[in-house]
Amino acid sequence: MEPIHHFITLENELEEVTLKSKKKATQRSFIQTKNVFTVNSAELLKAACCNLAESFETNPSIDVNFSDALTGTRQIQMLGLKSPYLLITQENIPSIRGAGQVFGLTFTPGTWVESIQITKGAGSVINGYESISGQINAELVKPLTDNRIFLNAYGSLGGRYELNSHLNHKISDKWQTGVYIHGNYRNKKFDRNKDGFLDNPLISQVNVMNRWQYLDAEKGWVSFINVRFMDDSKQTGQNNFDPLKDKGRSEVWGGEIDTKRFDSSLKLGYVFPQLPFQSFGFQFSYSNHDQDSYFGLKTYDINHQSVYSNLLFNSIIGDTRSKFTTGLNFTYDIYDEFVNSINFSRKEKSFGGFFEYAYDNSDNFSFTSGVRIDTHNLLGTYITPRLHIRYVPWEKGVLRASIGQGRKSGNVFAENQQLFASTRQIDIQSSGGKIYGLDPEVAWNYGLSYLQGFNLFNRKGDITFDYYRTHFQNQVVVDWENPQRISFYNLDGESYANSFQTEVNYYVDDFTSLRLAYKFYDIETDYFSGKLSKPLTPNHRLFANISYETKKINDIKQWKFDLTYNFIGEQRLPDTSTNTVEYQLEEYSNSYSLLNTQITKVFTEKFEIYFGVENLTDLKQKNPILASDDPFGDSFDSTIIYAPIFGRMLYSGLRFKIN
Amino acid sequence: MKKTILIICLLLIGFSASAQKKKKNSKVAIEVDGVCMMCKKRIEKAALNSKGVKFASWDLKTHQLSLIIDENKTDSKIIQQNVAAVGHDTRGVRAKDHVYNQIDPCCKYRDKKIVDAHEKAEN
Repeated sequence: MEPIHHFITLENELEEVTLKSKKKATQRSFIQTKNVFTVNSAELLKAACCNLAESFETNPSIDVNFSDALTGTRQIQMLGLKSPYLLITQENIPSIRGAGQVFGLTFTPGTWVESIQITKGAGSVINGYESISGQINAELVKPLTDNRIFLNAYGSLGGRYELNSHLNHKISDKWQTGVYIHGNYRNKKFDRNKDGFLDNPLISQVNVMNRWQYLDAEKGWVSFINVRFMDDSKQTGQNNFDPLKDKGRSEVWGGEIDTKRFDSSLKLGYVFPQLPFQSFGFQFSYSNHDQDSYFGLKTYDINHQSVYSNLLFNSIIGDTRSKFTTGLNFTYDIYDEFVNSINFSRKEKSFGGFFEYAYDNSDNFSFTSGVRIDTHNLLGTYITPRLHIRYVPWEKGVLRASIGQGRKSGNVFAENQQLFASTRQIDIQSSGGKIYGLDPEVAWNYGLSYLQGFNLFNRKGDITFDYYRTHFQNQVVVDWENPQRISFYNLDGESYANSFQTEVNYYVDDFTSLRLAYKFYDIETDYFSGKLSKPLTPNHRLFANISYETKKINDIKQWKFDLTYNFIGEQRLPDTSTNTVEYQLEEYSNSYSLLNTQITKVFTEKFEIYFGVENLTDLKQKNPILASDDPFGDSFDSTIIYAPIFGRMLYSGLRFKIN
Repeated sequence: MKKTILIICLLLIGFSASAQKKKKNSKVAIEVDGVCMMCKKRIEKAALNSKGVKFASWDLKTHQLSLIIDENKTDSKIIQQNVAAVGHDTRGVRAKDHVYNQIDPCCKYRDKKIVDAHEKAEN
């Protein structure tokens, strides 16, 4: 809960202020025990970033990939693992999980996001056992601190239009409320690669949220009440597909995805007025995610209702250098899932308790160790340990280590929905397990990180080296290696993901900042056909970002320029050698580079406009859909995507705000 | 579910009970001299190292060291002695000169030149 969290870091934040001359848009903490970095709103404004999925484009720790050629949905990865292996929370309530796994990130509009905290490695035990390679928490704008009125309009030459409006209102000294409305729309058909299929789906989304914030600083009470409703629809497939006429027939290939989602949550926090280090928090949320979809002749319908509740208590042992958090979580998930009318419905219930101890000698050493015990109707009863250590060997140098376990039930269809946009046969090799006949996924994650701040030519910078390894004890292996089939089975053998990243940030002068990163992934899994590296994942990546701002005129008027470069190394493609010759792909894709840029002009405190180009060099995957000339044939496959499909995209937008 | 509610209630009662015992959690403020963030670290560390001190926060501007202490275990005088023992003058206890001389050059709060330099840097 926010106020509690802020309090705990209060002393630390004061120290941080002395370290920097200017607030950085992205910032790795020198102070926190965990390997956390915060992306604040300045960074989020650097890219088109229409929704949460797209807000990581200027961040080298998170990879943004396209999941398939048809829906154009971006999937994120961290440490080489897909988002289901991350715990994604919205204000510390698990949000992108279950049925919402693939599209969920696109259901949070970018302007609603205030900041994002990214934790590499196992993370805290407080929010559950599901995080394996990391945690991402999105803080949304708050009625108390957001602009009183905010308006954003966006349009792109790709035919996408967006409108965002925020209205915040003070009801009384203690109550604030905000209404946030988002709409996006694309009805223009593009087929630049002339394969007969839409390059981007036709979309429309309406998303409305209402927040209530209560704050009584004297008595120590804080509360948030949120209600959100979203209606999203997408149409994909061949250019001339007409749902009314062609649905359910094998002449023109097409599909529709309709999602309605309702979210509600209540948060309650209390800080003991006499004891600023002691507090408790309560969270409760209910969501209903309803997706009806078909892809060609395949249908996929899922309804996921979820209840999450969490109660926690923070205090100290002895003095404030020894802190602890303890509490309980309760989760109840009801899945009604139908794949081509086969029923996969199930219920998942879990109840658990946790205890996390944090020691900080307020100088050069700190650690956080947590353990939780959970009992789950399908996963059984299990203990989840986590440990994070931080040590400062010398000035501005921070050494961190972490180890932790995580587990989850593999939602094979929801997590791999792109499979429906192919002719691949679904093959689940049941082992008698309780989730689709499979066992829960269990993994250990180990990490080492070193951060060193420096001064070069009297300007500040920092360099980071991160090494993380995820080692699966069991994994639901997703096997794409037969082009006519997708198989799911329990891991038999070894599966691991090693990732190394080095990143340099340098503030060239008061107006220019530079970020460079190199990433290396080594991800291998024992498939039935032998040990293979993970498909569609480059071993090498390079990233560079340069930001330049002109000097402010009258403290307001300003130009901002931003340029991002990505190099993506060659990627192994899933085996297509058993296809007929014309539908075979190379073993590896070519490496390629991408450039994105954006220019913002701030006119007044109230008004700014921005203009940008995504994929400046107009790079496109040559043949994104396999057998696009025979969509009802055996080789049709839109899942092998390793590069952008649409090519260069120009966009422009404006922001208007009144405080 | 009933059980959970019961546990929650018990927990809450437990916490509020401990919060009402003023003596165990007494708020104390002491004036301590210092000039910079390094001083802050040193002062707070000395305070927290005193037995019975649960919370310590020194304010650079007001020179107030806010404490939450267990009065059964300690009192203001002992803490002032401990803070003075690392080189910082408090309202009641003056740090010994040889200890004061050992603190970092930037922390010499008795030296007007250094105090002025810090103030200048801030503005």
